[in-house]
Amino acid sequence: MADLQSQDYIRRSASTMTPPSIRNHEQEVAKLIDVSRCIGCKACQSACMEWNNLRPEIGHFEGSYDNPHDLDPSTWTLMRFTEWEDEEGNLEWLIRKDGCMHCEDPGCLKACPAPGAIVQYANGIVDFISENCIGCGYCVKGCPFNIPRINPVDHKSYKCTLCSDRVGVGLEPACVKACPTGAIMFGSKSDMTVWAGERIEELKSRGFSNAGLYDPPGVSGTHVMYVLHHADRPSIYAGLPDRPQISGFVGAWKGILKPVALAGIAFTAVAGFFHWVVAGPNEVQPEDEAEARHLLHKGDDAP
Amino acid sequence: MTHPKGTLTRNTTAARINHWITGGCFVLLVLSGLSMFHPMLFFLSELFGGGQWARAIHPWIGTVLLVSYAGLIVQFWRDNLWSRDDIAWMRAIHRVLVNEEEGVPEVPRFNAGQKFVFWSMALLVPVLFLTGLAIWEIYFFPYTSIETQRIAVLIHSLAAIAAIIVWIVHVYAALWVKGSIRAMTQGYVTPGWAWRHHRKWLRSLAASGSPGPRPRSGDNAAARSRKGR
Amino acid sequence: MTNTWQDIKNANVVLVMGGNAAEAHPCGFKWVIEAKIENGAKLVVVDPRFTRTASVADVYAPIRPGTDIAFLSGVIRYLLEKDRIQHEYVRAFTNAGLIVKEGFGFEDGLFTGYKEDTHSYDRSSWDYELDENGFAKADNTWQHPRCVMNLMRKHVDRYTPEMVSRICGTPQDKYLQICELIASTSAPEKALTSLFALGWTQHSVGAQNIRTMAMVQLLLGNIGVAGGGMNALRGHSNIQGLTDIGLLSNAMPGYMTLATDNEPSFETYMKTRLFKPLLPGQTSYWQNYRKFFVSFQKALYGGAARADNDWAYDWLPKVDKGLYDIIRAFDMMANGEINGYICQGFNPMQAFPDRGKIRKALGKLKFLVVMDPLDTETSRFWEDFGPQNPSDPASIQTEVFQLPTTCFAEENGTLVNSARWLQWHWKAADAPGEAQTDIWIMSGIYHRMREMYRKDGGAFPDPILNLSWNYTKPAEPDPEELAKEMNGRALTDLKDATGAVTVHAGRLLDGFAQLRDDGTTASGCWIFTGSFTEMGNQMARRDATDPREQGIAPNWAWSWPANRRILYNRASADVAGKAWNPQKPIIEWNGSLWTGIDVPDYAPTIKPSDSIGPFIMNAEGMGRLFARDQMAEGPFPEHYEPFESPSENVLHPKVKSNPAARVFASDRAAFGNATDFPYVATTYRLTEHFHYWTKHALINAVLQPEEFIEIGEVLAKEKGIEQGGWVRLSSKRGVIVCKAYVTKRIKPLLVDGKPTHVIGVPIHWGFTGQARKGYGANTLTPSVGDANTQTPEFKAFLVNIEKTSAPVA
Repeated sequence: MADLQSQDYIRRSASTMTPPSIRNHEQEVAKLIDVSRCIGCKACQSACMEWNNLRPEIGHFEGSYDNPHDLDPSTWTLMRFTEWEDEEGNLEWLIRKDGCMHCEDPGCLKACPAPGAIVQYANGIVDFISENCIGCGYCVKGCPFNIPRINPVDHKSYKCTLCSDRVGVGLEPACVKACPTGAIMFGSKSDMTVWAGERIEELKSRGFSNAGLYDPPGVSGTHVMYVLHHADRPSIYAGLPDRPQISGFVGAWKGILKPVALAGIAFTAVAGFFHWVVAGPNEVQPEDEAEARHLLHKGDDAP
Repeated sequence: MTHPKGTLTRNTTAARINHWITGGCFVLLVLSGLSMFHPMLFFLSELFGGGQWARAIHPWIGTVLLVSYAGLIVQFWRDNLWSRDDIAWMRAIHRVLVNEEEGVPEVPRFNAGQKFVFWSMALLVPVLFLTGLAIWEIYFFPYTSIETQRIAVLIHSLAAIAAIIVWIVHVYAALWVKGSIRAMTQGYVTPGWAWRHHRKWLRSLAASGSPGPRPRSGDNAAARSRKGR
Repeated sequence: MTNTWQDIKNANVVLVMGGNAAEAHPCGFKWVIEAKIENGAKLVVVDPRFTRTASVADVYAPIRPGTDIAFLSGVIRYLLEKDRIQHEYVRAFTNAGLIVKEGFGFEDGLFTGYKEDTHSYDRSSWDYELDENGFAKADNTWQHPRCVMNLMRKHVDRYTPEMVSRICGTPQDKYLQICELIASTSAPEKALTSLFALGWTQHSVGAQNIRTMAMVQLLLGNIGVAGGGMNALRGHSNIQGLTDIGLLSNAMPGYMTLATDNEPSFETYMKTRLFKPLLPGQTSYWQNYRKFFVSFQKALYGGAARADNDWAYDWLPKVDKGLYDIIRAFDMMANGEINGYICQGFNPMQAFPDRGKIRKALGKLKFLVVMDPLDTETSRFWEDFGPQNPSDPASIQTEVFQLPTTCFAEENGTLVNSARWLQWHWKAADAPGEAQTDIWIMSGIYHRMREMYRKDGGAFPDPILNLSWNYTKPAEPDPEELAKEMNGRALTDLKDATGAVTVHAGRLLDGFAQLRDDGTTASGCWIFTGSFTEMGNQMARRDATDPREQGIAPNWAWSWPANRRILYNRASADVAGKAWNPQKPIIEWNGSLWTGIDVPDYAPTIKPSDSIGPFIMNAEGMGRLFARDQMAEGPFPEHYEPFESPSENVLHPKVKSNPAARVFASDRAAFGNATDFPYVATTYRLTEHFHYWTKHALINAVLQPEEFIEIGEVLAKEKGIEQGGWVRLSSKRGVIVCKAYVTKRIKPLLVDGKPTHVIGVPIHWGFTGQARKGYGANTLTPSVGDANTQTPEFKAFLVNIEKTSAPVA
């Protein structure tokens, strides 16, 4: 579905040209996951599997309710359960729906070497265009949230699409539709931010003084946001990064190194060329041959 | 291969084959690697049948190169050992660069520049290989952390760039110093070439009566050099 | 449910106890979240485990399985002690002021009238003192020492906070915090909703668990009001329909009861079921029992049911002993007293207690017919599946017939949900393979049996031969036709007092008020009358309009009785007919009529001044704090330990467990003790699965693939059990080997001074389907039921646990 949709791109991986982006009026969308309303029923996970026709393997019990045990090429969203006790020993069972955060500044897209394998639409959704994917796994390294997974069978990278196919025709993502408690909401990013504000007020009134919105500035915000009761320490929610940002190593690799490297290579090649022009080839002279002959035959003459 | 009469063997057949396997791998690695390094060069992946192929084949070529370069190390390490003379040669590099041979210390089989290329690659190839393993997604992903892989991919890129620059120097030097290419293709040089560029080497061959590439030192050495022809 | 799912959003406090609504009813749980967010409600969860419901609760307290009555009796004591009851409501709408007969008493764990030999009570002393007209005597000042209020106060006096904590293991501070939250809804404009399910029913005191909470709700004035009620969240999509239509061994459609051996004639049957009001002027549905019954007989036997044959009363079976419940049925099967079994929509090998006994019993049958869309454990009980089902096919002679049926999405029909709504559903797909509808199969069996009776005669062919079967397609009656039959129709022109025709012959009836006892109407299930009228299929209505945004959409589907959405809604208004909570009125008296958003409990013209009680199913029209003779083990709830319990009954050591429970000898022998089996186990389901069906569905199998048990960190450490490691869990009845989930969510409870460990056993896995093979929780469970309903005690029994290695497949 590349053609028409490509006009929605605001970012395109491994592309030195600005992608077509005439549809700039488009509203930015966001999925808001209100962790305080989530009951961990996995309806979102089932809906994701059904809509996207994904069927992971039947696994094993591995000591928690997280099933499958991790995200995989066929598991684009996953409920992660954490039994957490605060300093006073009060137990909370923190349940977080994990999946692509759809960063405003997507590390996967930055790292991707394949032109058009990762795109970002004007509405903010970061999508993998499988036909362009080369399976290098750079997106895995670029992602601050450990989301993309490479399928060992087709060597393509997969993750949540935020149901770009549904959103594109005015529907909400499948997980949002399936959520029974309204813990997953979908709409414009500004509306979701306002709604999150109301939820946070309500949570504060229930004693969660550190309730807050997770929309990390380190990746210029995300199009999947969380309402957390303990926004002061996101990492208690099954390792949600406290301050996510694209790794400095990836930044260097995909930033300064690229021009510097090409310049270095070009400089060396050009330097060689001009050396040739200036100094010319170093050729063996007849005197050299004579001297050599002399040296070699000296031995013959000796006895 | 028979060499014209009176010429010297610069590189044995085995060494030449080894070199060109290495060189071929290197070129393929540069092409496929650069295609994944910079979007401008992604078109290079088409040489390999597309991005998926370039991604898939690159680490295998790298593995061949590692083995191949190990062969070069075995064959050349002794003649590349650093010596005090190399420092003197380095001091006279300004003369070398302008093709002025007078006043440049006599050079054994390899000059300091060649040794630099040799040892640079001897360092860079294993670094590239090891960091390459860390980012060889389909086989080695589970064995390192993603953070380690991020560092690995950065080091891999830096090392690759360094290797490419060294390689350009190496290739240019071969083009610049006439007779060098034949030394690695057909394997021989004229005595004059040896006199001009590797006089010490020539003297040692002359002293032992060896036709190259190494001076005779007992029967074994002689047998090797004959076989090398 | 007395109320509806949507109505939960009106609650101020949501108490989830005896259930796990978020996991077992995730879709309905949205209304709890709605209550929290839109109504500022507090969610309170009391459960042995910190469940997914607890994860969104404001207050959670742990409780030892099987001690809910102690907890709730303590709540009653708290409410009375702190005077946090809704006085006007309690005085007007409950039997608090009625005076109990002299001679009633309670001592050392037993009420008066106990018969040691039969483990049952002579309940004659459990009643009111009647005046000369047969009406109950009352003292609404609550001064009389034998008025219900004072007897109740005395009865619960023993349940001090210390005692509650000692029995339940609930920390006192949490308990008192919850008491205070519950008490806060005694204000007339505040409501608490009680959401419960099998966590209360699956005990030997199940019915009393629920009763205790109902008493709390009556004291708080929370029955009949918006956001209140006793809300049983049903465990299957149509289990409400099952009870409505009377699919129990002693029941008939519409909660009529089957005759017993003591009622040889129609008139004795009618006499024992006759409604006798206990207060002047009280009305009840049950005063129409004869009309319901005769109309049912006309639906069943058509013209063959006539006045001169007592409406074919003799053709109905008469119950000889109490209940032929599942526990009795399988005990009989194991003893060779039942040798054929038609198993329809049931999977006893997974669902019934003591799997070993079930397997043995099935193996003694001559034939077993299983009607199911899936390949169930029951249909494969004879097959050797390794340790998960170690059967020896060679030694089993049972002939098994598997008849594949359609599932709900492959047929038209109706399901009754927890809120008593009959919701029509439409066929979405053709059934695979040779599957046929249950109707087709049952019709086929019926026609063949009738033919055999016609040809060969038999001991008593009349009930079969005379059955009315006037369907358009006799081989497979249409669901709509059956629905119309249940609704009922006029058999002749029905006329009013003036002689004018009100309903023409053959027309569908609009409500049960039109039913007659002279054989001129037929109705298969009186409570469903009005569901399919001449206006069309009322169950198929899909108008979600909710006029007050209060969770009542009267034109969405159809709710029994009479499309009433909130039962006892008369009690939502005060004595004068004004809503207790003016923000959320349901019905109010406007001076001449009851009006509002729901159908009133009784005739809308009955004036408040007539003092007709809102609890119209009861003879005194009042909510019963004292249950009279309705409960097997006593008119007040009392804490009895589960039949397998690690603790003594600290209230009365001599009477440990329910004295009125029926226990078969072989089952009693299979009870374990705390020395061999020191840990308390409780079974439950997980949100990822629906009982034993969804393990056949790939997605569900992925989401919860393998059998496991849940164990607290302290016990795990003691036993050297690792996270995700293999364990061997055993009871006196069997062993399962599965993985352990070592969790912080189960903590040892301090019961009577000693730490008590609880082990959680999810129920879903078996040896058929897509998920990994499991042993099944019912391998462990005891075969003892609630004294009233015989619902098995799946929620509290004893086990031992050991670390082990993976079973050899």
